[in-house]
Amino acid sequence: MADRRAFAARLIGALLAVLLLAPLLATTASAVEPDEIAADPAIEARARAISKGLRCLVCQNESIDESNAELARDLRLLVRQRLQAGDSDQAVTAYIVSRYGDFVLLDPPFKAATYALWLGPLAITAFAFGFVFVFYRRRAGRSEAAPLSEDDERRLAKLIDRNDP
Amino acid sequence: MMRRLPYLLPLIVLAGLAGYFWSGLGRDPNTLPSVLIDQPLPELGLAPIAGRERGLVTADLKGQVSLLNIFGSWCVACQAEHPFLMQLKAEGRVPIHGINWRERNADAGPAWLTRLGDPYTLIGADPDSRAAIALGVTGAPETFIIDAAGVIRYKHIGPITKDIWEKKLWPIVERLRRG
Repeated sequence: MADRRAFAARLIGALLAVLLLAPLLATTASAVEPDEIAADPAIEARARAISKGLRCLVCQNESIDESNAELARDLRLLVRQRLQAGDSDQAVTAYIVSRYGDFVLLDPPFKAATYALWLGPLAITAFAFGFVFVFYRRRAGRSEAAPLSEDDERRLAKLIDRNDP
Repeated sequence: MMRRLPYLLPLIVLAGLAGYFWSGLGRDPNTLPSVLIDQPLPELGLAPIAGRERGLVTADLKGQVSLLNIFGSWCVACQAEHPFLMQLKAEGRVPIHGINWRERNADAGPAWLTRLGDPYTLIGADPDSRAAIALGVTGAPETFIIDAAGVIRYKHIGPITKDIWEKKLWPIVERLRRG
């Protein structure tokens, strides 16, 4: 019985360790194919970094670096060609945003149109804390009972007397 | 009522969010709004497809209201839309220009048009997606309405049907023609 319990505990410990460590080992597979890779490793590294921040327009929850969609491949090639032609990283990203809109960025920019997106959760949390604060303050105020009147005191004394053996 | 407001507020917020999300359920996540509406066409300099002498350049799309249709022989929805484009061509309502997108084999596009019929006034070849990306295309078919000044006025994603043509696209063409 004790043996089985020790075994179960060890098993649960091992499972927990796997669960906690797995995310550290996980990396997303890149869809970049050998024939796409730029000859210059510096350009390839910049292209990979840019591609990881651009949404694939076909699959939408993958970056173009991870996606096997043909449009993602064409965009990856475009990124590399523009870098080879001498564009800066910002210029390449800006060009693709000018064609597809901010939606193509996996990390949305902080600007007037996205204030609700960035500040909304903060505003809701602040509102919730404010609500809880006011709610408990009001309840705490209400629980301060009014002092007993003389009449009440007399009745209370009688009740206590009656219950005393 | 005012005293109950703090208790009702979460319910009201919940109802608002539920309504918002409910309306979002029916939307197609693939039809992204184009950021190019009311922007001039990007610079296009597309080579002709096999069997044609002229390709497609930006200047070709100026002077009158026209449609610019993205198609490929590999695209099933383009084939579904094709008979309607042939009908539009027969009625002669508006010139339709085509971009033959991402043909891995240069003869596939021309062969497709020979087999099914050719509704296009001018066609440019775009084997490596340069033009498609410049136009913010996410899939085929897509159809742009270009006004006489060469400005993109509307983008339709997916095949054009008779219903979509009559209710959406044709009224826009007519409005742009009036100026």
